[in-house]
Amino acid sequence: MSERVDLPVFGVNPSFTDLVRRERPEALPQAMRADVAASAAAQLPHGTTVLGMKYADGVLVAGDRRATAGYTIADDKMRKVFPADDYSAIAIAGAAGMAVEMVKLFQLELEHYEKLTGDRLSLEGKANRLGQLIRENFPLAMQGLVVVPLFGGYDLRRGEGRIFHYDATGGRWEEDDFQSTGSGSQPAKNSLKKRWRRDLDRDAAIRVAAEALLDASEDDVATGGPNPTRRIYPIMLAVTAGGADEVPESEIETAVAAVLEERS
Amino acid sequence: MGFMPYVPPEQMMKDRSEYAHKGIARGRSVIGLEYADGLLFVAENPSATLHKISEIYDKIAFAGVGKYSEFEDLRIAGIRLADLRGFSYGREDVKARDLANAYSQALSNIFTQQMKPYEVEILVGEVDGDAAGGAIYHVLFDGSVNDEHGFVAIGGHAEDLTETLRTRYAEGWDLATAVRTGAEILGSPDGRTIDADSIEAGVLDRSRTQRRKFHRLDEGELAAILTP
Repeated sequence: MSERVDLPVFGVNPSFTDLVRRERPEALPQAMRADVAASAAAQLPHGTTVLGMKYADGVLVAGDRRATAGYTIADDKMRKVFPADDYSAIAIAGAAGMAVEMVKLFQLELEHYEKLTGDRLSLEGKANRLGQLIRENFPLAMQGLVVVPLFGGYDLRRGEGRIFHYDATGGRWEEDDFQSTGSGSQPAKNSLKKRWRRDLDRDAAIRVAAEALLDASEDDVATGGPNPTRRIYPIMLAVTAGGADEVPESEIETAVAAVLEERS
Repeated sequence: MGFMPYVPPEQMMKDRSEYAHKGIARGRSVIGLEYADGLLFVAENPSATLHKISEIYDKIAFAGVGKYSEFEDLRIAGIRLADLRGFSYGREDVKARDLANAYSQALSNIFTQQMKPYEVEILVGEVDGDAAGGAIYHVLFDGSVNDEHGFVAIGGHAEDLTETLRTRYAEGWDLATAVRTGAEILGSPDGRTIDADSIEAGVLDRSRTQRRKFHRLDEGELAAILTP
């Protein structure tokens, strides 16, 4: 019988986060002293309501524009919805600074993988990787810096849009219809429950999203409503077989106007 | 450590140089050239998955000839350097010149300090956002760097190819002309016509609206350009 050879784990590690941890660990978020973190968490800006839904062509991911720090509005034009790569989008609620940093890392994670291996990660792979990134943030989440993203993408192998949401421990759930997270998620979900239908077309989906965010802003102080005077509208990304594209502001403006008109 | 006979440094460098040259001369070639919309790398490569040409960063591409495992190491190190730098500073702070310098130092160290030199030559290409500008750096196995203008050929038949390019190259070719002529020239040293499925091509196309300007021409695009 020949002796068994134990090869070490080998091959190229395509993870950008692992690379940063190895080369520049100070650039990653560090856990803080518990008392410092607790007071910091209350004063730092938090992003509020985001939602995602399936529609006929894929998925639509949307978010309001407000960030709050305690009772103050920290930012009324915050962007919470980002393309993760060509075929997926990520929306974030929670500690804004951490969340934006996590998005940046996640985007680079996907791009780095794609360049090193010459292949795009599967949607399943992207969703799992995001769960791991959230789990790595868990010590900070326990100190109040919670980041809870929504992830939506077009699964090229299955030929359909898919939506995932997460909890602070990195737990991952796939949704068959729609989902919302953040402080205004309850009114947003109630609204979606009434308005969402399977296979909505693009215009209808945009309108349903605009209405859900409006409902959230009416019931939740931390969610920003549309502001036609200052031209502040929700940001939405549509992810289809053709890629992840931002919905032009004019379309959102029209949808918001239609919802407001119906209510006047 | 065992007994090492004295070898004069001149002799040692010469031996290593010859060794690396032989390794590179056995392989196929890559041509890099500027065309109307940016920079084209075109290579003869029978494999559709083991690439010689690759994206490094938004406006930077890479091509290698010689030993696959060695230029693949360099490619990965380049992507890591670029992504880390872009993450630490800003995306526009990632420059081909810095990469070429890093490659030059790495290859020079390997050439003088390792058991055997790398049997590779690489190109690092970059385009600028606007019409003018762009660069092709050619890094050799011993770490020497050249800044090329217009066109460059590396690999097995580099000299013949450069000669042919010198007579045929013209500025302002469109993509199809550039790919077709590049493929023709690649086959010219031994009078062959290379099949479309043995041609690999990638461009840095400054007319792309996306942030990442690199585009690998897929089978369909190549067949459309190269099928007579």
